[in-house]
Amino acid sequence: LTRSLAPLLPSAPAALRSLPPPVAVSVLHTTRPLHTTQQCLAPLPPLPEKGGEVRHGLIPEEFFQFLYPKTGVTGPYMLGTGLLLYLLSKEIYVINHETVAAACILSVIIYGVKKYGSDVAAFADKLNEEKVAKALAVKNEAIKNLETAIEQEKKEQWRVEGRSYLFDAKRNNIAMLLETNYRERLLTVYNEVKKRLDYQVALQNLKRQKEQDHMIQWVEKNVVQSITPQQQKDSIAKCILDLRALSKSAQAA
Amino acid sequence: GPLSERRLMDVRLRELPAWLATCDFSLQGLLGGVQKAWSSYYDKYINVKRGGPAGISMLLAGYCLLSYGWNYQHISKISFLVSV
Repeated sequence: LTRSLAPLLPSAPAALRSLPPPVAVSVLHTTRPLHTTQQCLAPLPPLPEKGGEVRHGLIPEEFFQFLYPKTGVTGPYMLGTGLLLYLLSKEIYVINHETVAAACILSVIIYGVKKYGSDVAAFADKLNEEKVAKALAVKNEAIKNLETAIEQEKKEQWRVEGRSYLFDAKRNNIAMLLETNYRERLLTVYNEVKKRLDYQVALQNLKRQKEQDHMIQWVEKNVVQSITPQQQKDSIAKCILDLRALSKSAQAA
Repeated sequence: GPLSERRLMDVRLRELPAWLATCDFSLQGLLGGVQKAWSSYYDKYINVKRGGPAGISMLLAGYCLLSYGWNYQHISKISFLVSV
């Protein structure tokens, strides 16, 4: 089998082709004739609709057909009558009490069958129908389930084709996550660096401020110290003179 | 076809002894023959979708005849005929 399939599978590795054919090949050939025998058990052939034809409920139709070519239609009846008369006259069949009983029983049976036969047959047919319908329903149910399973399987196979889109979306998501993370970290780095630089700047400002303040204070202190009391008196007298001069000029104007 | 494979109805009268000779009269053969006859009767008259009274009525008639044949000696005695 592999030898015959080899040209169809050119992609099969050469190593596999060089192996001897598997044992299953010869076994398969021996099992093949089993399916060509006449008795094939599945699916069973359906039952025949009607049984063999029987006339008067007792004698098969084949008997009448057998005698028809030689004796025509009335042949078997003549044969039956003659046989009956022979049996009775020769006392091969003895008429006794059982004959009467048999006649009564037979008449009752035949009356019953003729009157209620069709009803009983219809009832039995209905029972059979129900059984067959149940089995058929089970079979149809199973077929329907399998068909839905097949459809779902095909749908799954179709879904497989969308794998690439799914993976692209996932890849995008992951890239976005990475990007976000990277930017967050960049932001923290920037914030930290800024904080440190701000600290340095604030430090320098503070230092300059302090130096300025200190210098101003020192200058003020020295100036205040350098103002001797004599200088103070002189400056106060000068101011008074200036004020007088001004007031005079204001009075004159 | 060959003699041994034909059924009884297809055998001509003068070939009857030869045909009987080819029959298998061992116990297994007889049982197989009975089995075949019963299964063919069953498939023809009883194992059908819409059977009638014919299937069992023929069996009952055959039973009646057989039992009459077995009891003939007893039935034909005068003592039995007079009693009832």
